Amino acid sequence: MPMIINGRETPVPTDARVSLLDFLREHLELYGTKKGCNQGACGACTVLVDGERVLSCLALAVQYEGRGVTTIEGLARDGGLHPLQQAFIDHDGFQCGYCTPGQICSAVGMVEELRRGVPSYVTDDVTAAEVPFDHDELRERMSGNLCRCGAYNGIVDAIGAVYAEQGT
Amino acid sequence: MIELTYSRAADAADAVSRAADGHTRYLGGGTNLVDLMRETVETPSALIDVTGLSGEIAPTAGGGLMIGAAARNTAVAEHETVRSNYPMLARAIVAGASAQIRNMATVGGNLLQRTRCTYFYDTDGSRCNKRVPGEGCDAIEGFNRMHAILGASPACAATHPSDMCVALAALDAVVHVRGVSGERTVDLCDLHRLPGDRPDIETELEPGELITAVELPAPGRGERSTYRKVRDRSSYAFALVSVAAALELDGDVIVSARVALGGIATKPWRARRAEEALRGQPATESAFGTAADAELADARPLAGNAFKVELARRTLVAVLQQLTDGGRP
Repeated sequence: MPMIINGRETPVPTDARVSLLDFLREHLELYGTKKGCNQGACGACTVLVDGERVLSCLALAVQYEGRGVTTIEGLARDGGLHPLQQAFIDHDGFQCGYCTPGQICSAVGMVEELRRGVPSYVTDDVTAAEVPFDHDELRERMSGNLCRCGAYNGIVDAIGAVYAEQGT
Repeated sequence: MIELTYSRAADAADAVSRAADGHTRYLGGGTNLVDLMRETVETPSALIDVTGLSGEIAPTAGGGLMIGAAARNTAVAEHETVRSNYPMLARAIVAGASAQIRNMATVGGNLLQRTRCTYFYDTDGSRCNKRVPGEGCDAIEGFNRMHAILGASPACAATHPSDMCVALAALDAVVHVRGVSGERTVDLCDLHRLPGDRPDIETELEPGELITAVELPAPGRGERSTYRKVRDRSSYAFALVSVAAALELDGDVIVSARVALGGIATKPWRARRAEEALRGQPATESAFGTAADAELADARPLAGNAFKVELARRTLVAVLQQLTDGGRP
């Protein structure tokens, strides 16, 4: 069974050692997904698998046979930027841009988690069905994505601008 | 990473039947194992993917909850029954790692994750008794700020890194295991071994045994519980100290207490001495301090981690105070 990457069927690699990250970058030339630490500490390699955010550096590609993978290249629609991509530009959500694809994929996955009511460590009442979409929650939930330029305030503003008004 | 084969297990029996030799590893989310293989700490020649096995979370006849070992950490933390009946567990899970890692990591893998001692990872430059039994430990005399003050031996002071396991220890969770000779259960508190002179043998599992589920007993009645983690930054870091605690009070008197500690011990640390010291006592700061002192009496700090004794004491007292006051978790 192939993997479906940004809507395209792709056979999985035969060498089981190939990470999903290296598969995307080195085999498929999808360079949008970035290799930062390659050990699960920085979040730069974040992609979406069936809508859930994961770290492609710690994922063996062969394990994702039959799954749908979305990278930053797959977020744009109809030749236009994803609203979150535009918001990162509008709110100075980056300087060097290296962590940005991971930040944006992570934020897309995070919003779905919020909609499902997944609690976080800063959620006061983990039994509550609804989680508030506030500044503290957003920062905690994005803590798996480091930004060495320190564009965190812009990142939080960008995500807030796109999703807060929709009430997630 | 050395060459290896990959296959998916059809079910638990299939997985176990193919894992008899010592060069096979079960693969869950890969969040720890893939990293360890890349660093050549782990060098399996075959991986058996067990993520297709049961990750179902279902009530048990006894009023508890059975969690399939393939359940992702996020799936457990967001499960309605976990949040309402075992809030300490939901809170412990979301205290660990990042959301991306929690989406990948399985319950079985979380239990069997290995220490993040940097000397353990440093295959080229450091001695480690976990990696090479008997070669020595560079952490004991080295940079050991993150290391254990409880349960260590002259051979190893590496901490167990899991948050989830600390809550499971306090909750009296039972681990269901399957091997070639059949199924059995192990109490979570007995699953991990103290290092002693064989820190390379980390659990009571036999080679090839597979964790299939974690069972939670029925929740304690009238208990207040929480999980608090103290770390160098406010998120996405391993614990310096963590506390899972549940208190049952009758007025101002402690009827029962369940306490487990993380970040300071070589295994998820059930604090039975503290529990014993709390039982029947008035819920006062003084009683909480006495209980913490009882648990930490055997603490043996190394050169770099003596701060953990006082930090653990204060964190435990603060958590018990919070559970008594009914304040913010």
